[in-house]
Amino acid sequence: MANPQDTTPRTATISVLVDNESGVLARVIGLFSGRGYNIESLTVAPVDRDRGQSRINVVTSGTEMVIAQIKAQLDRLVPVHRIADLTEEGPHLAREMALIKVICAAEKRAEALRLADAFRARVVDATTESFVFEMTGNPDKLDAFFDLMRPLGLAEVSRTGVAAIARGTRTI
Amino acid sequence: MAAEDGEPAMAARTEALQPGAEVLLRALKDQGVEVVFGYPGGAVLPIYDAIFNQNAIRHILVRHEQAAVHAAEGYARSTGRVGVVLVTSGPGATNAVTGLVDALMDSVPVVCLTGQVPTHLIGNDAFQEADTTGITRPATKHNYLVKRSEDLARVVHEAFYVARSGRPGPVVIDLPKDILIGPAPYSPPPVTEHRSYRPVVEPDPARIAEAVALLRAAKRPIIYAGGGVINAGEAASATLTRFVRETGFPCTNTLMGLGAFPASDPHFLGMLGMHGTYEANLAMHDCDVMLAIGARFDDRVTGRLNAFSPGSKKIHADIDPSSINKNVAVDVAIVGDAGRVLSALLAEWQRSAARTDTQALAAWWRQIDGWRAKESLRFTQSMAPGSIIKPQHAIRRLYEITRESGREVFVTTEVGQHQMWAAQHFHFDRPNRWMTSGGLGTMGYGLPAAMGVQIAHPDALVIDIAGEASILMNIQEMSTLSQYRLPVKVFILNNEYMGMVRQWQELLHGGRYSESYTAALPDFVQLAQSFHAVGLRAKTVDELDDVIREMLATDRTVIADIAVDQKENCFPMIPSGAAHNEMILGPDQEGRAAGITDEGLVLV
Repeated sequence: MANPQDTTPRTATISVLVDNESGVLARVIGLFSGRGYNIESLTVAPVDRDRGQSRINVVTSGTEMVIAQIKAQLDRLVPVHRIADLTEEGPHLAREMALIKVICAAEKRAEALRLADAFRARVVDATTESFVFEMTGNPDKLDAFFDLMRPLGLAEVSRTGVAAIARGTRTI
Repeated sequence: MAAEDGEPAMAARTEALQPGAEVLLRALKDQGVEVVFGYPGGAVLPIYDAIFNQNAIRHILVRHEQAAVHAAEGYARSTGRVGVVLVTSGPGATNAVTGLVDALMDSVPVVCLTGQVPTHLIGNDAFQEADTTGITRPATKHNYLVKRSEDLARVVHEAFYVARSGRPGPVVIDLPKDILIGPAPYSPPPVTEHRSYRPVVEPDPARIAEAVALLRAAKRPIIYAGGGVINAGEAASATLTRFVRETGFPCTNTLMGLGAFPASDPHFLGMLGMHGTYEANLAMHDCDVMLAIGARFDDRVTGRLNAFSPGSKKIHADIDPSSINKNVAVDVAIVGDAGRVLSALLAEWQRSAARTDTQALAAWWRQIDGWRAKESLRFTQSMAPGSIIKPQHAIRRLYEITRESGREVFVTTEVGQHQMWAAQHFHFDRPNRWMTSGGLGTMGYGLPAAMGVQIAHPDALVIDIAGEASILMNIQEMSTLSQYRLPVKVFILNNEYMGMVRQWQELLHGGRYSESYTAALPDFVQLAQSFHAVGLRAKTVDELDDVIREMLATDRTVIADIAVDQKENCFPMIPSGAAHNEMILGPDQEGRAAGITDEGLVLV
């Protein structure tokens, strides 16, 4: 169990299973903004159409006391079924997809493609002056790729935010 | 049966359909609703039409929607039942928002029905349209917009369940007009568990054992009990009283918790916090084990956080897990209903083999008695005829004379100095008798709340202890009191100032009384008369008792305008940003407030 007196901030990836009803995302976002918590990344999509449930993945940061508060505050929302602090509960996977547009002159195209290949980014669109790469990975890997692409003509990025799940047999 | 032959089942279903407004009222009746506080308007006309045609549910017509919510709060807090509000769309809903936040902060179960423009007009800026669910999302425990007739009955039942379960709170149901007119099916309250909202009420026995082990080993224990004990029902207060008496520990109550433990019991240290007693605050500061139950370590209670009860082990029991470790990190966290927690603590205490250190406890009580000897609530009232009335004396006499009457007494307050004096000098031996706006601090709460209390307890004595500034914030409700012949007593401590604002300006802003004096106050005696009520006035100390007696003897709405000392400040006081052991006891120590740091100055 994390020590509640620990005042060093940490990052937490929290997954929340909610009823897929109107206003539920506003409730969660309103909770974060109203109480001054950080949202570093947020994703939401239906995951169980039969039960009408959606999953929200939120990456946030704060001291142990703040993160415990965030979880308790989320848990008392009426449409919330379950909460998992994936960061605290054990090894987990966090993946994010990004579309990256690079506009560059001929001499840089080969380098861009070589790096994309090394990062397992796929070319999903190309013109004589541009590429759009599709790439999936943990957020750090995405950031590293953007840094490399910047001098080569990185023009635009669209990323999905983090989807996360525990490793092994553990479920939310 | 239905599976064998589809047609009769279809027919039965069609018969069961009623207009939405009828379904709504049926659901309210099935929830045991007897009274609704409301105000009509275009979007809710179908509901008013349905109300017109029945007698089971009584409608009380208020004069402002904010007052409807406060009245429902008063009704709820004095009965332990859910209060119900009915308002129209747009301004009806936005006017109700202050009341909703008040109920949210003080954990009062309220269901508020708001009208809405028809579903096909939502989002079109229609007449009297407001995004009610958007506006009230952070103002409620939960809210609903009913978009489909088949959801109506289920949503109403669920709203009552959410309002009263776990930590109670306000719930809004937004009802588009087409849903109210169109046919809807009825379904009774569900017997199955709610799919996602199931608060933990039964405490973990391991935590209870840990708590009792700490309490048994305590040398300087204290029990700090809040409004959660009152919300847990009258039995919880009785169990708290038994537990305190069995342990022999001192007990303090928060503003919201007054009445949870009998004020007349020698174990009671009075209220704690900013205007709490010296003994309660010093005992909190110096204790070695603290049991907090149904309380939330509010900033008015803790003072400066890093100096709050520095040497104690803290046990915190609350129905709301998010209240635990929010402001103050605790050693033992117990999630559960206050009544069940107290029963479990009492049983474990009786079972436990460990013995209390009686010598240490006796020494602790001697220390507490030393603090008590300071008489931190004392004031000086000259009894010479013609003397000006001290506000504390007015409340003391009000308390003593109402006790002599032997009647059941309920007290509501507005917000400010008079509220704190009432908390200090009016004593409660039972729960649900004291209704005040604690968390939000809403001026204008007391009069409509008293209205709701009087509706619930027609024969009881209901007094709104008010200030002349606060009372004007919902004074229009005098008209409601008059319409329903509610004999509420409004006891105004009139110092012609927004007293608490003036006090802070005196202590912290160099005595610059910026906008805190009210010129051109109404003549409250004539004001009472114009609302078909009785107006009384006391200007000097020799007139006070007679006015109080006459007020109590009058079986009508009364405003008693009590002219009190304009300069009196509310003491004792923990100045903002200070610790419990840095209390100002009286005017001779006001200089201490000058030492407040900029950090303290920014606190509210």
